Amino acid sequence: MNRINKKLQEEQKMLSIYFTAGYPELEDTVSIIQDLEKNGVDFIEIGLPFSDPLADGPTIQESSTKALKSGMTTNRLFEQLKGIMDSVEIPLVIMGYFNPILQYGVEKFCKKCAETGIDGLIIPDLPVDVYNEEYKSIFEENGLQNIFLITPQTSEERIRFIDSVSNGFIYMVSTASVTGSTSGFSEETRDYFKRISAMKLQNPQIVGFGISDEETFNQATEYAKGAIIGSAFIKHLNANGKNNIGDFVKNIRPV
Amino acid sequence: MSYQANEKGYYGDFGGAFIPEMLYPNVEELRSQYLDIMKEESFQKEFKDLLHDYVGRPTPLYYAERFSKKYGTKIYLKREDLCHTGAHKVNNTVGQILMAKRLGKDRIIAETGAGQHGVATATVCALMGIECIVYMGEIDIERQAPNVARMKMLGAKVVPAKSGSRTLKDATNEAIRDWINNPLDTHYIIGSVVGPHPYPDMVARFQAVISEEIKVQLKEKENRENPDYVVACVGGGSNAAGIYYHYLDNPEVGIIAVEAAGKGIQSGESAATSALGKEGIIHGSKTLLMQTDDGQITEPYSISAGLDYPGVGPMHANLFRSGRGEFISITDKAAMNAGQELAKLEGIIPAIETSHALAIFENRKFKEDDVVVINLSGRGDKDLSTYIDYFDL
Repeated sequence: MNRINKKLQEEQKMLSIYFTAGYPELEDTVSIIQDLEKNGVDFIEIGLPFSDPLADGPTIQESSTKALKSGMTTNRLFEQLKGIMDSVEIPLVIMGYFNPILQYGVEKFCKKCAETGIDGLIIPDLPVDVYNEEYKSIFEENGLQNIFLITPQTSEERIRFIDSVSNGFIYMVSTASVTGSTSGFSEETRDYFKRISAMKLQNPQIVGFGISDEETFNQATEYAKGAIIGSAFIKHLNANGKNNIGDFVKNIRPV
Repeated sequence: MSYQANEKGYYGDFGGAFIPEMLYPNVEELRSQYLDIMKEESFQKEFKDLLHDYVGRPTPLYYAERFSKKYGTKIYLKREDLCHTGAHKVNNTVGQILMAKRLGKDRIIAETGAGQHGVATATVCALMGIECIVYMGEIDIERQAPNVARMKMLGAKVVPAKSGSRTLKDATNEAIRDWINNPLDTHYIIGSVVGPHPYPDMVARFQAVISEEIKVQLKEKENRENPDYVVACVGGGSNAAGIYYHYLDNPEVGIIAVEAAGKGIQSGESAATSALGKEGIIHGSKTLLMQTDDGQITEPYSISAGLDYPGVGPMHANLFRSGRGEFISITDKAAMNAGQELAKLEGIIPAIETSHALAIFENRKFKEDDVVVINLSGRGDKDLSTYIDYFDL
């Protein structure tokens, strides 16, 4: 069984953290992953930096630009992650835009992920129909889950379709926005959480975008299995470097 | 085999819609309706009336006698520079503003590089009384001050794109982000045959009026509908798509695409995507684009801001790969000289983008009785300061 599925069977609400590989310093990738695990994070999204991240706001884009300037590449990331399976047990997901993966070679990339111990991928600009037609078998051969996004504007029919092709969790984008752009959830957003919860999908939902503190984490996980924090963690790294990660995690989910 | 888009928005291997789910409803709303809306009689009438009465179409097809004599072939200029706002861009913005109205949108966003598409968008928004926000790279805002002022005078809000390299590709990213943040009330008017399906096909259809008119005009002048060659400069490629459109599937008509070599293909400062690009994804479309081995999109260079785009529309990527199109790249220097030459021989100062297309005759020879139609896509007023600096006028 894939580590993601196994993890999702656990009782607690999932806290997932996103960070950009190679940020704040090029060689921080592994120690940040280890520190997040040590502090009780349930799974991690490792951002593969891209020059033109369409779905991200300024915080994540700036961290990507800086990581690329420091010399981060796809090869470098796999080198850094070599042996990560020996020290880290929680599921690891790579989040990246499609072009760098396409240039690396989708099959080669998936093989490398499997070798390294990556459990799943989030590729926001790879549409579900293209995935189904061209890449699904490659992902499956390598035991990789592909995680799709839904938004408040996604139709019920399309949500059902996405649910049918997913086999880990569904990434539920909280509001119509790029990353890092909201503070606090509106009534309308909470209604959307309720509506999706009532659909009784086969895949659990993890909420992303707009989660930055304990309050928004609790609101998001009232109806969903977990939540992902990205920009708020990058801001923490901006201010603290890779220090005090434990404090950040405790502020979201006190022990 | 057709060189038009298929129903999924692919031109051969290129095109499609590689967009994040957050954009899916917006793009799908447009995709599912654009062809039906464009077919409506009332839409067609309104579009044609505006092109005639407001834009000033049909634009002349002008036989450039002295220019032809110099190069020993028959050269016609399709005078898109005489369109209202000074370039072909307005054909598309007129079409898209009518589309936006029919989709019930009351807020328009656009990206712009040199500012021509921004001005064309601000113009039609003023005409229709619709709110207009134009994203423009911070660096482009500095170097294209007159167009920024024009947009403001037309009532548009110009928002600087401060991310990445702060030029056209980043302005496009910012416009896409705005659309993600405003999915219900906003229509995004893309300025070229780029972006996710249906944009390349929709923009090409709005620009197709260029070759539609040429067929009629050439019949009057040469008693034939088909020239031997159609020639256009290609950045994203909207003026090229317009002049090629009705000839794409007619093998008797040669298609020539002219890209900006900048300081030379191998100089590291170039925008010649067919020569330097590889297949990949940019702004939601699979196409040829300039990128590093690692798949990071690189910053192109050209003296002409309108050709300064690291990708090319999927139609053109397919014309290149299939061999249907002949691709030529022209340096800054050759383009500037060609612009100067046309001014002296014909009394027409072209946009520097267009000057690239005019520069092919130095090296590409044609037969004496060949009929070559060049899309004179824009006028040079916006480029005066560049011409002044370059030629020390």
